[in-house]
Amino acid sequence: MKILVCISKVPDTTSKIAFTDGNSKFDTNGVQFIINPYDEWYALVRALELKEANGGSVTVINVGLADNDPTIRKALAIGADDAVRVNLDPKDAMDAAQQIADYASANGYELVLCGKETIDYNGSQMGGMIAAILNQEFISNATKLDMNGNTATIERDIQGGTEVLELNIPFVVSAAKGMAEARIPNMRGIMAARTKPLTVVEPSASFNATEVLTYELPPAKGSCKMISADNPAELLDLLRNEAKIL
Amino acid sequence: MSILVFANTAKNEVHKSAYEVVSYGSQLAQKTGDTVTALVIGDATNISSLSDYGADKIIHVKDAKLSSFQPSLLAQAINQIAEAEGSKIIVFSHDLTGKAIAPLVAVGLKAGLVTGAVAIPETENGFIVKKAVFSGKAYAHVKINTDKKVISVNPNAVEKVENKKSANESEATVNLGEARIKVIEQKIESTDIPLTEAEKVVSAGRGLKGPENWGMIEELAKLLGAATACSRPVSDMDWRPHHEHVGQTGIAIRPNLYIAIGISGAIQHLAGVNQSKVIVVINTDPEAPFFKSADYGIVGDAFEVVPKLIEAAKAMNI
Ligand SMILES: Cc1cc2nc3c(=O)[nH]c(=O)nc-3n(C[C@H](O)[C@H](O)[C@H](O)COP(=O)(O)OP(=O)(O)OC[C@H]3O[C@@H](n4cnc5c(N)ncnc54)[C@H](O)[C@@H]3O)c2cc1C
Ligand SMILES: Nc1ncnc2c1ncn2[C@@H]1O[C@H](COP(=O)(O)O)[C@@H](O)[C@H]1O
Repeated sequence: MKILVCISKVPDTTSKIAFTDGNSKFDTNGVQFIINPYDEWYALVRALELKEANGGSVTVINVGLADNDPTIRKALAIGADDAVRVNLDPKDAMDAAQQIADYASANGYELVLCGKETIDYNGSQMGGMIAAILNQEFISNATKLDMNGNTATIERDIQGGTEVLELNIPFVVSAAKGMAEARIPNMRGIMAARTKPLTVVEPSASFNATEVLTYELPPAKGSCKMISADNPAELLDLLRNEAKIL
Repeated sequence: MSILVFANTAKNEVHKSAYEVVSYGSQLAQKTGDTVTALVIGDATNISSLSDYGADKIIHVKDAKLSSFQPSLLAQAINQIAEAEGSKIIVFSHDLTGKAIAPLVAVGLKAGLVTGAVAIPETENGFIVKKAVFSGKAYAHVKINTDKKVISVNPNAVEKVENKKSANESEATVNLGEARIKVIEQKIESTDIPLTEAEKVVSAGRGLKGPENWGMIEELAKLLGAATACSRPVSDMDWRPHHEHVGQTGIAIRPNLYIAIGISGAIQHLAGVNQSKVIVVINTDPEAPFFKSADYGIVGDAFEVVPKLIEAAKAMNI
């Protein structure tokens, strides 16, 4: 099976969130970038496990500019066979989804995996958009994915619970925690990643249905009111009479 | 024209989030001069109640193909109703259902999509939606450039406002393709309060030392009518189920009350809980970073403080 895994580049989870240029841009000063955790830990690793069990290939794809290449190489070090970068700074999720859908259909991918959301934009948009453009089913927030021939058994989170379902390829899945255990790239993987193919393709027409104008930080919390450990009843009293939430 | 609002149901009733989104649509409609059409798909006994929060019209779709969760068919149904109603703005809740279908609807209608909205859009200079980004550590003001627009609203982010209308209710039929997803089994949590919907949450971390000590956490949660949650190491070590893991890589919640017990307050943990209205921290270490984000704090040993809290809650009849 030919598997395509969508990976995005996001600021490290401990990054200080600040903005520049009149609050219109994320301040990348001193920020380390990583593969979005859901893409790396769950989507990519599960794709590799499926390949190891059933054969096939795993390609990672990113829509972005050349400064994403080191992040993409990390996915190769973890075990992807090859990588594709669509050379476009996407305007929004729809813009990127169109590029990925075009590539997936032109190259006959049977399964597309992505993360449930990016930890910077928190969109939860791309997977569904790719599926809709390809006229395939979209399974969101999947926590398990097994293949038996052309049929997948998937567990997904739904409102108020979980669900087990069956579906034939091709389809698009967004991965959540539970699908796999994170892998740390070993020395052999890191060496091999240097020579694995990273193909750069030029984008099709780009458009911006949405655009971020400005960012804003939430107001800082006031000071914390301390309560004696000997008298926790006071806490309940404050929650009831001051905060009015009990 | 009408703003189309997708009103979720659960267990044959209109879901709480539906009132929030109908109310959101209604406040937006006052700015744009539109009316509000609420769309209910599937069985629900109390759909008329949507008119209490501003629905001018309620459309009910019942189709056997939609008896299981089929996102692509739901999107087809919504798009057909949107066309029939001439709706240019479609509103969802940014819950697990909205996350599965809003992107499909956006593609179908060639509409710009903003997910995770936290305020009614500004419409004076273009159409601008405020949304949560960086896991609640910031907000973005996003402009939608397309004629048609899809918005999904964060649960618990916008208060529902009463606005009584006498809505006209009708049934509509849709023309759907084949269901491709075969649902084998559904597990709906029946007794517990689902964490994403809970208004109060009691959460504990590695400070609790082991899974055998969660009895007091559950008891406190039960007394307060709260759901339980945990930090990531706790779910990684299987002390607690994965679905309780909150934070940057778990789920993000925004309850009215979040009580964190024996959790240090790492930035990745805060990312999932910092939109809670009131935060209480109980920790032995006065230097624990969590106190900086808290409204109320107790420096003390959970094994002493929590039993006392339980006693006090019982005494106060909470
Ligand atoms: C990429 C990445 C993503 C991550 N995502 C998440 C995430 O989504 N969610 C998450 O939670 N973490 C996440 N983490 C982990 C995070 O960095 C912290 O390691 C984690 O939150 C710590 O959990 P904890 O507070 O339970 O444990 P600890 O950091 O070990 O803290 C335990 C706390 O308990 C206190 N304590 C000890 N004994 C007692 C007692 N008897 N009574 C009261 N207090 C006591 C201690 O003072 C301490 O503050 C992530 C990390 C990375 C690198
Ligand atoms: N620029 C990108 N290139 C490739 N994949 C992406 C890109 N942006 C997002 N994705 C994928 O889409 C998922 C959801 O992203 P989002 O809809 O932006 O929250 C991510 O977890 C990635 O798998």
